[in-house]
Amino acid sequence: MGSKTTTKDIITLRGSAAIVSEFFGYAANSILYNRGVYPEESFVKVKKYGLSMLLTQDETVKSFITNLNAQLSEWLESGKLQRIVLVIMSKATSEVLERWNFSIETDKEVVEKGVSREKSDKEIMREIQAIMKQIISSITYLPCLEEPCVFDVLAYTDNDVEVPFTWVESDPKLIENPQMVKLHSFDTKIHKVNTMVSYKNDEWNEE
Amino acid sequence: MDDARETSSSVSLHNTKTPLHKTIPRRKPSMENLDRFIPNRSAMDFDYADYVLTTARKGNKIKGEGSPRKEAYRKGLAELFNMNRPRILACKNKPPVFKTLFPEPTSSVNQGALVKPQRYIPQTSERTLDAPDIGDNYYLNLLDWGSNNVFAIGLGNTLYLWDASDSSTTELFTIDDENGPITSLRWASDGRNLAVGLNNLEVQIWDVVSNRRMRTLRGGHSSRVGSLDWNEHILSTGGMDGVITNNDARISNHIVEKYEGHQLEVCGLNWSSSGQQLASGGNDNLLHIWDHSMATSNSRTQWLHRLDDHTAAVKALAWCPFHSSVLASGGGVGDHHITFWNTHTGACLNSVDTGSQSPNGCTVASATGDETLRFWNVFGIPEVVANPAPKTNLEPFASFSRIR
Repeated sequence: MGSKTTTKDIITLRGSAAIVSEFFGYAANSILYNRGVYPEESFVKVKKYGLSMLLTQDETVKSFITNLNAQLSEWLESGKLQRIVLVIMSKATSEVLERWNFSIETDKEVVEKGVSREKSDKEIMREIQAIMKQIISSITYLPCLEEPCVFDVLAYTDNDVEVPFTWVESDPKLIENPQMVKLHSFDTKIHKVNTMVSYKNDEWNEE
Repeated sequence: MDDARETSSSVSLHNTKTPLHKTIPRRKPSMENLDRFIPNRSAMDFDYADYVLTTARKGNKIKGEGSPRKEAYRKGLAELFNMNRPRILACKNKPPVFKTLFPEPTSSVNQGALVKPQRYIPQTSERTLDAPDIGDNYYLNLLDWGSNNVFAIGLGNTLYLWDASDSSTTELFTIDDENGPITSLRWASDGRNLAVGLNNLEVQIWDVVSNRRMRTLRGGHSSRVGSLDWNEHILSTGGMDGVITNNDARISNHIVEKYEGHQLEVCGLNWSSSGQQLASGGNDNLLHIWDHSMATSNSRTQWLHRLDDHTAAVKALAWCPFHSSVLASGGGVGDHHITFWNTHTGACLNSVDTGSQSPNGCTVASATGDETLRFWNVFGIPEVVANPAPKTNLEPFASFSRIR
């Protein structure tokens, strides 16, 4: 950045895991709102990351995401989470229409040795803000979802992870011949999150 | 457990109903397994158990024989689980399903300003307001939506402000006939100052909070100013004379720069969000990109790029909100293409045929020759709640044509 020295904050493994899982919660809400998975009226605006973010009011969706985040935090702290994928599928046919992929690179040294890192909180927030803006503006190129949709969340973990009672093995729910767009990434110096969206190639392609 | 029943049933069925025994695949048909079992958790293979249980319910095909097959299945499962791949896990309790409400299905709006049915554009306007006396002139820019969520429109000699938050209308000023009508208007980014071009070649700057005219810029043009855009304190004015003047609104000798390159009326002006580049479109079918840092000493600056792909007047211009050097331009009746450019290199990225008259490209409100003003809920987000339209302006794709 510039010549100004930005004050750096200490980031612990736990703190970083919290940042990442919180980011995912907001990103998931934003995607659900933007893609019309749930009706707009069921969302409420809150201020976060210096933006107006939308959060669902629906209790079941809320608790789903909260429980999810708790589990993700745990996996993140153990350094075993490789990626989180939010899939959007057609309600009628269960065909996967969109796949929001958040891949995570973890600094193993932090997990093994329990050290902490330094980075300015503000800078992390700025990076996240950039991704959120991109998610919001993705509506300009993502094909319109013309039917009722459902979503699901997949977690890619290390092989040696103990599968909690409420989780099952799943197939990756890939899209055939997808179009892919890579979005910005953010880095807490402990976890680096790369975002990418892949979507079904629709017939109305520009020549 | 249904032991009592099973004593009378066939032997094979009996065996499959007691799967816990199957850790050692024994098919010995015997009745001796009628005792209660004390499960040995560590010896249990739940997945296998589940498999056997479920197939039994379906009217078991394996019927107690084919133990090698079962063995192979178990082996296959074990292999699968030990494979060196990341595990992919999904939550058992799925999130709820909602039937979402969608606006009416796509079909062409107005004269078909839609390029492709990629977004649901409602067929009916969100709101319709009367706009009498609106100048039915393609080359003028009579509407603009400010960051203060107030919409300004020039109707004949009068400038009206419509506040989107409370739907109130106020008249800012009326000019007399010899000086009017209004030919262009544009909000400054502070949402407070409004630049208005008049037919008498002047450009007035008004403060809408105090309802006063702050300045009048004269002498910049030899014919009417049909397009305006702000770049912080610089107001760029595009005239029917083909000249673009950069005016510093703060100083009395306001003309700081002139861009000459268009041969006919400049009908579209748009600064990039970084304030580095200005895109201008003219009635001469040309699109120019001017670089702000390229000012020369003799105040006649050369354009950075001259793009002549369009075959009709270029009025609609919008910069991509997430790529700082991507510009979209729309051509008029003879052209009806939306073209995307990389303004660093001047290369054409893409061109889309809209099959119809070009979009207005300025606002999500359309003013039409039939003297009404319609607001379109293009993005599915109520424009009064979301960020003010300048953000949504940047997507010309889904904005509307003028009905001629």
